[in-house]
Amino acid sequence: MKFVDEFRDADTARALAAKIAALCEPGRQYKLMEVCGGHTHTIYKHGLEDYLPEQITLVHGPGCPVCVIPMGRVDDAMALASQPDVIMTSFGDMMRVPGSNGSFFDAKARGTDIRMVYSPLDSLKIARQNPDKRVVFMAIGFETTAPSTAMTVLRAAAEGLANFSVFCNHVTIIPAIKAILDSPDLRLDGFLGPGHVSTVIGCRPYEFIARDYGKPVVVAGFEPLDILQSIYLLMRQLAEGRAAVENQYSRVVPWEGNGVALRAIGQTMELRPYFEWRGLGFISHSALKVRDEYAPFDAERLFAVPGVRVADPKACQCGEVLKGVLKPWECKVFGTACTPETPIGTCMVSPEGACAAYYNYGRLTRQRVKEASRS
Amino acid sequence: MTAGWVEEALRGQPDEHSAADAPGRVREELVLERIDRVRRARPRIREERITMSHGAGGKATHTLIQAIFLDAFRNPLLEPLEDAAELLADGARIAMTTDSYVVSPLFFPGGDIGDLAVNGTVNDLAVTGAAPLYLSASFILEEGFPVADLTRIVASMQAAAERAGVQVVTGDTKVVEKGKADGCYITTAGVGVLRDDRRLGVAAARPGDVVLVSGPIGDHGVTIMLARGGLDLEADVQSDTAPLNGLVADLLAAAPGLRAMRDATRGGVATILNEIAAAAGVGVVVSEDDIPVRPEVRGACELLGIDPMYVASEGRLVAVVSPADADGAVSALRAHPLGADAAVIGVITAEPPGIVSLRTAFGGTRIVDLLVGDPLPRIC
Repeated sequence: MKFVDEFRDADTARALAAKIAALCEPGRQYKLMEVCGGHTHTIYKHGLEDYLPEQITLVHGPGCPVCVIPMGRVDDAMALASQPDVIMTSFGDMMRVPGSNGSFFDAKARGTDIRMVYSPLDSLKIARQNPDKRVVFMAIGFETTAPSTAMTVLRAAAEGLANFSVFCNHVTIIPAIKAILDSPDLRLDGFLGPGHVSTVIGCRPYEFIARDYGKPVVVAGFEPLDILQSIYLLMRQLAEGRAAVENQYSRVVPWEGNGVALRAIGQTMELRPYFEWRGLGFISHSALKVRDEYAPFDAERLFAVPGVRVADPKACQCGEVLKGVLKPWECKVFGTACTPETPIGTCMVSPEGACAAYYNYGRLTRQRVKEASRS
Repeated sequence: MTAGWVEEALRGQPDEHSAADAPGRVREELVLERIDRVRRARPRIREERITMSHGAGGKATHTLIQAIFLDAFRNPLLEPLEDAAELLADGARIAMTTDSYVVSPLFFPGGDIGDLAVNGTVNDLAVTGAAPLYLSASFILEEGFPVADLTRIVASMQAAAERAGVQVVTGDTKVVEKGKADGCYITTAGVGVLRDDRRLGVAAARPGDVVLVSGPIGDHGVTIMLARGGLDLEADVQSDTAPLNGLVADLLAAAPGLRAMRDATRGGVATILNEIAAAAGVGVVVSEDDIPVRPEVRGACELLGIDPMYVASEGRLVAVVSPADADGAVSALRAHPLGADAAVIGVITAEPPGIVSLRTAFGGTRIVDLLVGDPLPRIC
């Protein structure tokens, strides 16, 4: 298939793998973080680690929209959804995320009106069709999805739609990366930058990583060859002793980002002083809320949101997994108490969560597979 | 404030993965072995209410069947959990099955709920090796449902029955108040005869056997997703709903070493491969390059972030055959109009038992697990 197969070609992959192996200094271990959960998904789905030498470890980062939502926000959303005449709309990924009283799916089974949408604009359609109901869109995601929420708010305002609002949980990636860089328990050699976030924010915001922390960044696409090539570019910088921001995903990511999208975000949303991230705790200026000018579309102002802080279950080590300190299988409850059927932590829910990706695709040591394919 | 259900989930679980000081690779092995043990444990339903996941054909459905239905009805005829039960009646071997149809929309490119209800039950009989003969049809109709639509559905059922060579010989009708059902639901049951002594079943798969699929996968599921209209996506694809009994008869004649067949409906090919691996205690290794998927279906799945391996077909079967009969089986399938694109997609291996692994087109390896519920579209 065009635009897909050429980015999954096994011959090209083998050639790149050889070039990557040649760049490894003997005896040196490399830890590269893929910031984005979409990358984690691709890495496991295509078995990309099979191409990497043992010296290179990929560390899964915090860029999974569903994973970073703290349990308290899920409970808040649930409280919103269960108010009279409310229709809650949500992306599919969010439906299975556990709050302290079950997931959206469980709430739906109890009779709460929660509907899955593919785009926030679908929520507007639902709002127009149900003028006697109040439609609340559960907005989550990084700068990738924030523009579509912004455009939806702008359109709702233009239409004067009075029964639509947004429960805004948008977060921004840079403060999370900074938190990881400042975290003492992790030493990383470089970053695969988030591709789709960068279509919006561009590559400039990562420059401090190279300048202040001396770590190379390569903004990477989401096909397996994109990632392999980005690893090669990182390894080349490391071999040459350089630290710079490079853009592997230039077919999609403009260096300066997308001004229209950024303006739409800026027009409708502003930074919160602080926001709680699942497992990472409170990070200042790391999330967005609806601006005063668009208050009629802000569910947090229209409804009484309990704002309860729910501590993560003690057994859950999502925080360490999100920071890349633990591999998914190193978590105490991975695969036993916490599985995709009965997730305790968010990382086990989203297809972009490191735990779900490892459980669903990677839960097999390479040796056993190789033996199996040979037999 | 913490969540009570977490403590519940943790109860009975060992507190943590042990051997903390062993080298990484060894520790990972130990963790994986423990996960295998947990997966083999008797499933329990944790939810207090039925969710949509319980109907999606994946892990939640399996748990529901094991923990509720099998637990209550347990008997040797039910226990194999094949698509149809094999019964003895006065010395004759017959097969019996039943299935309910709640598809939305009722009419879609390539078919409607009527021919789906006939073909689905015919296929459940056929893949156990039975020749389907008689069907029942029960209707739950919503008040206000157009008679013209019902007439169209029933005509389509009759046409499908004639095509499959079966008769609808008994039935039932119930009408419920408006809002208590979604237009029209159909339940069909079917009986067929098993004419020879062959015993087919997924538990019979053994290392060295070959895994086949009778044609491109996922057409039906993608057609339905697009027909629901919520996606603003268009593709020239239609449901593959078709009766497989003719194709199965040819396959049975050509391959004495046929071990098992399943029709790849809800949960898709991935679910069937997992059922084979679990029932026979074998590994299944498949090659992504060899799995036939129409470009339109693949394209739609790529856009939605869904894996075609989990998408339903309604006229495709997965078969396991002995290595000696593999070529004959493929030729027999390809000679039939419904099997023109049949292909070998993988092999049965001794190791690792219970696990389906995939050699990706990219050249890596990964496992293919059961999904919990419906595949959920990804955010970005």
